[in-house]
Amino acid sequence: MAAKTGTYTLIASNTLGSLTASVTFSSISSAYTDLVLVITPTIPTGAYDILMRVGNGTVDSGNNYSVTRLSGTGTAANSTRSSNASGMFCTYYGYPTSTNPSTTIVNLIDYANTTTNKSMLIRSGNAAAGTEAIVGLWRSTAAINIITMSLDAATNFSSGSTFKLYGIEAAR
Amino acid sequence: MSISSAKSGGTGISLALDNNFMEPIASTLVGAGGVNTVIFNDIPQTYKHLQIRYSSRNAAVTDTVFARLNSDYGSNYSWHSLRGSGTATQTVGTASVTVMEMPFSSYSGTTANAFGVAIIDILDYANSNKYKTLRTLGGSDLNGSGYVFFNSGLWMNNTTVTSVTIYPSTGNFVEYSRFSLYGIKG
Repeated sequence: MAAKTGTYTLIASNTLGSLTASVTFSSISSAYTDLVLVITPTIPTGAYDILMRVGNGTVDSGNNYSVTRLSGTGTAANSTRSSNASGMFCTYYGYPTSTNPSTTIVNLIDYANTTTNKSMLIRSGNAAAGTEAIVGLWRSTAAINIITMSLDAATNFSSGSTFKLYGIEAAR
Repeated sequence: MSISSAKSGGTGISLALDNNFMEPIASTLVGAGGVNTVIFNDIPQTYKHLQIRYSSRNAAVTDTVFARLNSDYGSNYSWHSLRGSGTATQTVGTASVTVMEMPFSSYSGTTANAFGVAIIDILDYANSNKYKTLRTLGGSDLNGSGYVFFNSGLWMNNTTVTSVTIYPSTGNFVEYSRFSLYGIKG
């Protein structure tokens, strides 16, 4: 079993220079096996969950997303879920605030196939609030070539928030 | 201690990317009819860690997935799991058993076309002086049911890991399940 060349490639990066309501990565190549989205946003005020939508050509805003979560707050552990949602909740206690960035990593497994629904593994944390693991489902067999990140409220990501998208290519 | 890249002075993931830290070793996409076992054999001993990333669905009405190392069928494994069902947290584990439990797969009768996913890290797999430890993040969401997992596994053997076997507890993995093995440089 011989190994091939390196993988884990930076596809796109966006460090915000001003308040921004949403960040989109579009025209994502189908050349990889998995995608990894690494984000560390803050927001001007409040505490809101990060919402991800995906699609093929355009993002899907239909009620086709669901998640199952395992969270810890420092005083308790719990498990919750959202079903038939219009976006994928990437945080629950790991949300961003003005001072504490959410550190969120989303693994989009086998994102470019056209035969299965798309499952995702998410880890997020905000040391002042909690940490969690999340498995998410987008009920569509379309290949994912667009991803939009926003907040679960009409508010913005702060300047300095970072969004990086990587591709992992399996052996062929 | 700070770790810096000799190439760029970067740290963390920049260092990793500079050094092509992750390399694809092998991958399989399950074909028509499914398979009852996935085996990565003859794994190179040139990496520090291994990572297996998979998407799977069980053909039978059971969600359990198991793993063995080096085809060892002895009672030389233990594993623990912290999991969330969407309504409750659970922890289970067992010692001196013949397999390690992996995160659940989706399975026959659940949401059509939904597959479970997992990322397994096998740490310091080529070290011949200590037992081998696995850690796994995984889960299967089925829009109203499902589980998410943190699992750990132990193989009580000093032998270097040369093969990994993954299989559903009953029946086959269905077509379009995908298993990919990577090497992580150290």
